[in-house]
Amino acid sequence: MNALISTALSGVVMMFVGLFVRNKQNIKFFAIAAIIVAFIANLALYPTVEHGGYIVYGMIEVTKFSVVFNAVVLGATLLYFLLSGSEFEKVGEHVADYFALIFFILAGITLASSFSNLLMLFLAIEILSIPQYILAGADKKNLKSNEASLKYFLMGSFSTGILLMGITLIYGAAGSFNITELGLGSDPVHPLALCGIILLVFALAFKVSAVPFHFWTPDVYDGSPTVFTSFMSTVVKAGGFVAFLRMFHVSFAGGAISQHWTLILAIITAATLILGNFSAVFQQSVKRMLAYSSIAQAGFMLFAVISLNNMGAQGIILYAAAYSIATIGVFAVLMKLKDYTFEGFNGLARKEPLLAFTVAVCLFSLAGIPVTAGFFAKYFVLSAAIQHGNLLWLVILAVLCAAVSVYYYFRVIMAMYFKQGEPEVLPVSGGFKAALILTVVLILALGIFPNLLLCWL
Amino acid sequence: MPVQYYIFLSIALFCIGVMGVLMRRNAIIIFMCIELMLNAVNLLMVAFSKMWADAGRVDASSAQLFVFFIMVVAAAEVAIGLAIITMVYRNTRSVDINILNRLKN
Repeated sequence: MNALISTALSGVVMMFVGLFVRNKQNIKFFAIAAIIVAFIANLALYPTVEHGGYIVYGMIEVTKFSVVFNAVVLGATLLYFLLSGSEFEKVGEHVADYFALIFFILAGITLASSFSNLLMLFLAIEILSIPQYILAGADKKNLKSNEASLKYFLMGSFSTGILLMGITLIYGAAGSFNITELGLGSDPVHPLALCGIILLVFALAFKVSAVPFHFWTPDVYDGSPTVFTSFMSTVVKAGGFVAFLRMFHVSFAGGAISQHWTLILAIITAATLILGNFSAVFQQSVKRMLAYSSIAQAGFMLFAVISLNNMGAQGIILYAAAYSIATIGVFAVLMKLKDYTFEGFNGLARKEPLLAFTVAVCLFSLAGIPVTAGFFAKYFVLSAAIQHGNLLWLVILAVLCAAVSVYYYFRVIMAMYFKQGEPEVLPVSGGFKAALILTVVLILALGIFPNLLLCWL
Repeated sequence: MPVQYYIFLSIALFCIGVMGVLMRRNAIIIFMCIELMLNAVNLLMVAFSKMWADAGRVDASSAQLFVFFIMVVAAAEVAIGLAIITMVYRNTRSVDINILNRLKN
């Protein structure tokens, strides 16, 4: 609740900061201060919810899980501001507005982690989507950015329509919007409820770019300004997943109803893993490879939704943290390079050893190599699926796909360390290097002691 | 009138909207079809609200409140969407969604 209020207020404040503060560097510091305030305000709520959450007017339920998740999201955004905040001014004139939009997205994500009413689910999904359409098109003269924005907007509103139809059909079956009172578990399942749940699966799969609803992802992530792709493919995607998780774990978990959607979601997961990983292998541009890799990683996060147990909820927190930190790190270095192809990384280790080392650690984490955060993230989501019992085939498929993913992540590392070349790197500041070291430390710390994060749950 | 009539009407409107989004190439028309989908949902929501009110639920009017929220959010989406379409039109002199694919290469 505190996180929601502070991020929404920060968004409004940032818009006014744009009017009064001329120096772009100061705007960035203002945004960093605002996100730190939001982070502390969110953590200040922790003692009150430690032994049980509370509900605000039947609309929002503040729980321990949502507070920890919001802390992860706000922390990842803080890291993102530290690493990439100075890239904002290269996109366009209105730096403060971009920060304001990011704060509004954060307000949507915090709402998505704590809704207890379908109305709030709808508002959360919309609040986190609409600013993204603007950010995708922030580079107004660039046709690729225009295309990304238009495509994202049309597909996003289309999926909103589907989401709303799903919510309406569920209301028709249940007579309530409160997610704890839907009571859809009875046998036989109400046909309207079944249609509604299937539409809801489709709409949320759209938002988290799961196959076969992923077709917008590569173009949108590739066309948007890189600094915003970095945010959209990490923190926002985690926000989509937490809405998915909350909806399905609270309302659709028990009784006959869960069998109906588990199979659909399992097929979607399998398709996402296979298509995401195998398409990433054939990409020439690292940015586009990361877009496909984000589809592939979405497949792993879907395990947490399907498995319907506590371990899955822990897994999604750890996965959100590991995946966001690693991807933000890779994107931060990518933005410093002139050439986004794999060849652009040739010989980076000799020229900028720290940059190359950070990218290597981040890619190890994304591939799930032990000692990095990605290993325990994958371990938790997959063992949650094993606990579920009926999903062993999916786990085996996921492990095989993780092996495939090593190929395209290591292509970058090979280019950096074993190939000769003269990469064109923009000058990097001392602050940027310090933030990179912080990224490496976070990844290794979470990889060795995942309990640093999970002890809060 | 039985609620089934409303359900069929809404589903029909919704499907017209979905088919329009999938088949038309003009961004404005796609946009209109999305609005049609949202309005089909609004109609269905009001019909269900009446259905549950007749069944004796006291909180059935919350569905009608939901409709207002859908309208407000749809208006916000229109503002963003038309701005994006205008931006694309300025750069390409067209609102055909395929033209961007061709111009990009």
